[in-house]
Amino acid sequence: MAHFTKATSVKDWLDQRLAVEKLEKVMMSEYWIPKNINFLWAMGMVLVITFALLVVSGIFLLMYYVPTTAEAFNSVNYTIMREVDFGWLWRHVHGVAASVVFLIIYIHMFTGIYYGSYKKGRELIWISGMLLFVAFSAEAFSGYMLPWGQMSYWAGMVITNLFSGGSLHADGLVEWIRGDYVPAQAFLGRFFMLHVLLIPLAIMGLIGLHFGALRIPHVNNQDGEEIDFDAEAKKYLDGDKAGSKVMRFANDFMSKDMMVVGVYLVFFFYLVFYNYGFAMDPVNFDPANGLSTPAHIYPEWYFLWSYEILRPFNIDLGLILFAFAQVIFVMLPFLDRSPNTCAANRRGTPFKVWFWLMLSNMIVLTAMGKLPPEGIFSTIGLVSAVLFVVMWLALPVITSREKKV
Amino acid sequence: MKNKEPLILAVVVFFTLVTYYLVEPYAHHVMHKHVDSENFAYADLPAVSKKGDATRGQELVMGAGACTGCHSINVADMPAPMDAVSAAAAYGVNPPDLSNAGVVYDAKFLNDLIKNPAHALLVEHKFDAAKGQMHPMVAFYGAGGDIDQETADMVAYLQSIAVKKEDVTSAMAFENACGRCHAVGYENWTQIGTKPKFKHEKDGLAFDIKVLDYQDTLKKYMGKLPPDLSMYIRSRNEHFISTFVENPQNHLAGTAMPRTGVTAHSMEKIIEYMKDAGDTKRHERESVGKNVMIYIVIFAIFALLWKKQVWRDLH
Repeated sequence: MAHFTKATSVKDWLDQRLAVEKLEKVMMSEYWIPKNINFLWAMGMVLVITFALLVVSGIFLLMYYVPTTAEAFNSVNYTIMREVDFGWLWRHVHGVAASVVFLIIYIHMFTGIYYGSYKKGRELIWISGMLLFVAFSAEAFSGYMLPWGQMSYWAGMVITNLFSGGSLHADGLVEWIRGDYVPAQAFLGRFFMLHVLLIPLAIMGLIGLHFGALRIPHVNNQDGEEIDFDAEAKKYLDGDKAGSKVMRFANDFMSKDMMVVGVYLVFFFYLVFYNYGFAMDPVNFDPANGLSTPAHIYPEWYFLWSYEILRPFNIDLGLILFAFAQVIFVMLPFLDRSPNTCAANRRGTPFKVWFWLMLSNMIVLTAMGKLPPEGIFSTIGLVSAVLFVVMWLALPVITSREKKV
Repeated sequence: MKNKEPLILAVVVFFTLVTYYLVEPYAHHVMHKHVDSENFAYADLPAVSKKGDATRGQELVMGAGACTGCHSINVADMPAPMDAVSAAAAYGVNPPDLSNAGVVYDAKFLNDLIKNPAHALLVEHKFDAAKGQMHPMVAFYGAGGDIDQETADMVAYLQSIAVKKEDVTSAMAFENACGRCHAVGYENWTQIGTKPKFKHEKDGLAFDIKVLDYQDTLKKYMGKLPPDLSMYIRSRNEHFISTFVENPQNHLAGTAMPRTGVTAHSMEKIIEYMKDAGDTKRHERESVGKNVMIYIVIFAIFALLWKKQVWRDLH
């Protein structure tokens, strides 16, 4: 059994029992971050803050939300928006954060792709990050069901229909998921549980894994340079703070994190108070009505690119390519055969073109996913969807030919 | 090494804004028909050339015009001939009380409405006299004199008994123009009036049954039950609602919803009513928003200063 001495201070008392000093070093003061990074490396902290905003606002909403098909719409739009003090504020924070979190996730993802941060021992960071993306997607979708408006109902109808597997006609599976022939009480209750319990638990676990996966390989840097963290840390601790290539996570990098968070929150609260419409679709302010289909059914903006990969094809091919699009990003560390870990722009023309074209094409897919599939829009959508698939298939080929830079 | 962060920020902002533009303003522009406001001018209706005389108008309204056979005029102590439910059963919808019609509705519209209801209301596709489909409001064919003068007199009378324009409340405008077809549950408004608080549950249920009876006839008259408008200010928007009310046919050709003929001022009041119902906390949002923005800008400035201080030794 460990030997305990009379504590000299509260900190000492805690240290003997929890090793708080060691913990503080491992997690904060001696968690070494390369200096050669830019503000895009703060997106992790921005995501942590946004997730915290989602959890806190979600807890307040949970106190008043009623998960029944008869009361859900009114509990949100009447009770929370009119009766509860600042209920409107929590709802707008929750709705805007749910949308903005995806913007930051996409920036975080494309930063990772651009700087090759999924290579050289960082594969698990990427994979756990993509699992987080999947979990956040499920969280966003299940949350979108809860106000039980027209978009909740019809998006729920369309997405659960995907599980019939096209020509497989697995209608029994769809009914099993819904607990009914159409989205109804069982469906709402299940998605409520998923949204407030199971998926948040999964997200928290995955965030732990994501951070854990980062601890040994350390974060990447702008040049993909391999840094001897022990040697550089020693230099720093010996007093050569300016000469060392690394810095402490806290307070050194955290001060920059907080600076970025400050700017981000100005943007975020501007959206919450003055431009929230993009995150709260007008159609969802009509109560769910199974007898009246909205003129246009579209998912929230962050799902549009994958929706557009489903849409231009016949149902079976569409579903196959949709499934492909869902999993292919996870495979990135194994599809990129290049020996280089550095900025996409410095890896030679093929990958440079691949990166910027992939980014632009996903924006085109996003736009086409929302626009009605008519005329030129369906043609553009089809070309973009085919291009997306072809580009992923081509990735191992173009990267394996890449020269070492 | 040169500081690339401004360039990186510009790239991030650029792609974000392009995406935003495409999925929000552009996509909505493509998906939704844009209808311009006609400034509530009712330009398709003939101009009023005659100056009305309220005294003669009163005689016509109460006498030869036969308005009070169906309409109540509460300010002139003319009660409704029937209760709302029976009136709806007779006419499809409860005819409005005319106390404030003179201020809520446009004068040009009222002049045309009296002579040719289906024309002014833009429901001639539904009520074609040639096919024997008569509008429940009987047209005024004249009392023997100049019909234009007579309608002008009647409108002058209605204007003389109405409240002043500045005294028109949002509820008055809404209840007059919209409230006999549309319920607003969040404001406790039903098609037959505000639901009172009842001491006995039984009385409340009896009231609900009246509302249901009224809605049943309304459903037959309009083709479907006109929607509850509680959240319409958010599910549609101000511009849509305003241009829809101004001329429903511009948005939805063939709709059974009539043009109501409200003035621009009444429309503002109606929008205010709908905002009170569906965007109740908008004033609080503005004041809280301002304070939060000030707070967060100060936070950002301190964060920046902290970063500068910490990083001084790192370079």
